[in-house]
Amino acid sequence: MNGPVLSVRDLRVWFGTPGAPVRAVDGVTFDLVAGETLGLVGESGCGKSTLGRSLMGLLPEGAACDGEILYDGANVVDLATRELRSIRGPDVAMIFQEPMTRLDPLMTIEDHFLETLRTHESDLSKAEMRRRSLDALGGMGIPPTRFGQYPHEFSGGMRQRIMIALALVLRPRIVIADEPTTALDVLVEAQILSILSDLRRNFDTALLLITHNLGIVAEACDRVAVMYAGEIVESGPSADVFRSPAHPYTRELLASIISLRTESLRSIPGAPPDLREPPPGCRFHPRCPAAMQVCPSLSPVPVQVGTGTVRCWLHGPEAMIPAGGTAPLEHRTLEVADEA
Amino acid sequence: MKRESEAIATAAPPLLDVHDLRTHFALRGSFAGRLLGRDAGSVKAVDGVSFALRTGEVLGLVGESGSGKTTLARTVLGLVEATGGSIRFDGEELVGMSERDLRRHRRRAQIVFQDPHASLNPAMDLLTAIGHPLKIHGVATEEGALRRAVSDALEHVGLTPVERFLHSFPADLSGGQKQRAAIARAIILGPDLLIADEPVSMLDMSVRAKILELMLTLKDEFDLTYMYITHDLATAKFFCDRIAIMYLGRIVELGPAEQIYDDPKHPYTASLLRAIPEPDPSRSVPRDVPRGEIPDAVAPPLGCRFHPRCPRAFEVCGWESRDLRTLLETRWTRLSEDDYEAERRVIGDLDALDEPALDCVLPAADGHFPDDAMSVFEALRSDEPEDPFFKGVAEVGTDPRGVRVRFNDAMDPRDLDLDGTRVQCHLHDREALEAARRAG
Repeated sequence: MNGPVLSVRDLRVWFGTPGAPVRAVDGVTFDLVAGETLGLVGESGCGKSTLGRSLMGLLPEGAACDGEILYDGANVVDLATRELRSIRGPDVAMIFQEPMTRLDPLMTIEDHFLETLRTHESDLSKAEMRRRSLDALGGMGIPPTRFGQYPHEFSGGMRQRIMIALALVLRPRIVIADEPTTALDVLVEAQILSILSDLRRNFDTALLLITHNLGIVAEACDRVAVMYAGEIVESGPSADVFRSPAHPYTRELLASIISLRTESLRSIPGAPPDLREPPPGCRFHPRCPAAMQVCPSLSPVPVQVGTGTVRCWLHGPEAMIPAGGTAPLEHRTLEVADEA
Repeated sequence: MKRESEAIATAAPPLLDVHDLRTHFALRGSFAGRLLGRDAGSVKAVDGVSFALRTGEVLGLVGESGSGKTTLARTVLGLVEATGGSIRFDGEELVGMSERDLRRHRRRAQIVFQDPHASLNPAMDLLTAIGHPLKIHGVATEEGALRRAVSDALEHVGLTPVERFLHSFPADLSGGQKQRAAIARAIILGPDLLIADEPVSMLDMSVRAKILELMLTLKDEFDLTYMYITHDLATAKFFCDRIAIMYLGRIVELGPAEQIYDDPKHPYTASLLRAIPEPDPSRSVPRDVPRGEIPDAVAPPLGCRFHPRCPRAFEVCGWESRDLRTLLETRWTRLSEDDYEAERRVIGDLDALDEPALDCVLPAADGHFPDDAMSVFEALRSDEPEDPFFKGVAEVGTDPRGVRVRFNDAMDPRDLDLDGTRVQCHLHDREALEAARRAG
């Protein structure tokens, strides 16, 4: 494998609020390699979308960002707005959840493409721009006869294909897709997922797929990173993580999926914590069925387990666990009142 | 967790008996059109639906968005007016009922909506919101009785300690808690029928199971009958005794849950089942997904409404002019710009194909010969000669205007009974197969 196209080191994002700051992303580290798809999963509010946006420098005002986001050695966190703009598009492109609201209703599809190309590759001739656009659209199954139409003339699935084509027309090396199929029906979702998986095969594009749907991760991702309360608690090749999840949260999340093979219903007690005041130590300990004495007092450190990395005291390192730390933790009973 | 649905299945008359129900929404059309009395057409959201729902049963209504499942539910509640057919609720006809009588009906039929964040008034505390139906229907108006009833409902949906929740506002609640509150509001009048419209699809995986479990518990406690509307076949499998698969305003397959999942009869059902992402890394993204999307309900495809997307469609499924346009445009997405321009120049206005027809002309452009258009058609055929579309073509020839294409007669699929499952698909219809043999 070649080197990473994106390296994230100890990334932190927090939002100012009238009270304590919300630590939406808290010390996240990962790499993304050309041609691979990394799935970022977690419940709503775990910080996965904030993480995705911070990679594009698209955080709202009032958010602060620290750590390193490295594309080719340039740290996005330190870049000025103008420099950021030159990265967005040609280097990193983003696909959002709601294709209905991301296209300008007053612009034709052609206008959208020309605007994008003019902004980022102004030296192209108009004919060349048209050729590139039709190529990208054709790859997504949008016929050239519809180039001059307006967004409202397309269905939801087609609009999402147009969004993907718009992202790809600049031939980015990295695509960040934030819940790209959540608003779509299951058949159209399957169509879009197969388009995305062809992308990495044919163009060596690296894809960060943010989703709450573990089924999608299992089918479409090479690697998976599981986020909980602003931290990545487990990561590894998705086949291995699904076969033998190491973190109790991953295990519980997998058990709570309702799939065609579900025989009994399971759910995780309690709710994800308030990120203004996350629980001390391991953030999952109040909901964890395997919590130990050490869990509320010390934050777990990343440990290599098999092919993956996990942050959970169950996997050590033993040398760091104080004496008596592995005794089971007495749980306060969680009620519906605390549920998500 | 299989329930004893078979026992209650036969004897009692159905709680809900829907027959050939139609709910069409008229389009406004243009101003000039209205002046001239021209009909702008209508959206056929529900177009000839029949089913019965027995007391104590859970019927799943499954389909993609645009299949008409929510409109069907709203029609049953009397929130939308039916344009034809019949809905008998406990023996009483609802279609054509006065608003006054419908109000009485709604005490017995309630709904839980998809988005708990939108279905609760942000300015009402739970006591007010959940007690609202009691006030509206004049069941309990006195403060003490209202409070007792709401507390009781809160307790049943697990929002305890009750004192903590009575005066909380929707903004104080998590998604799961809001949905519990919405369910409390739906059961407070003691309804017989509860329609749940995607009750868990906006919730996180980790709480979906709890809400579904709650609904099953309430069903037993209050002897409820459920209509569970969803696009998610996985939760439906778990939750439902019988499943109705909807596509573009029709029920295309209806049967006991196990049969639908173990042996889907309709190609649409089969592809829906295949497309569900499974948390199994040994599976990869399914490739044999039906093309395209659910079409416009204003002018549904001729014949079987699923035929343009169906991998198993054949001669008599309803191939028509619009399918020719789609196929040609799909070919053009694969051509280089120059090749596309060359073909596009030869073909006239494609809108000529938009009016559904079994006999149509692919027009040659001005200054081009019918034979030029024919060579484009031949190229199309050689692209994918196995495409089911070409089975539908009965005759092709040139015509002064371009290429004339005549399709086989379209047959409307009818309800067929196959071992207790009802299905609308020509693959199972001997007459359709016979007609296809004659055509082929």
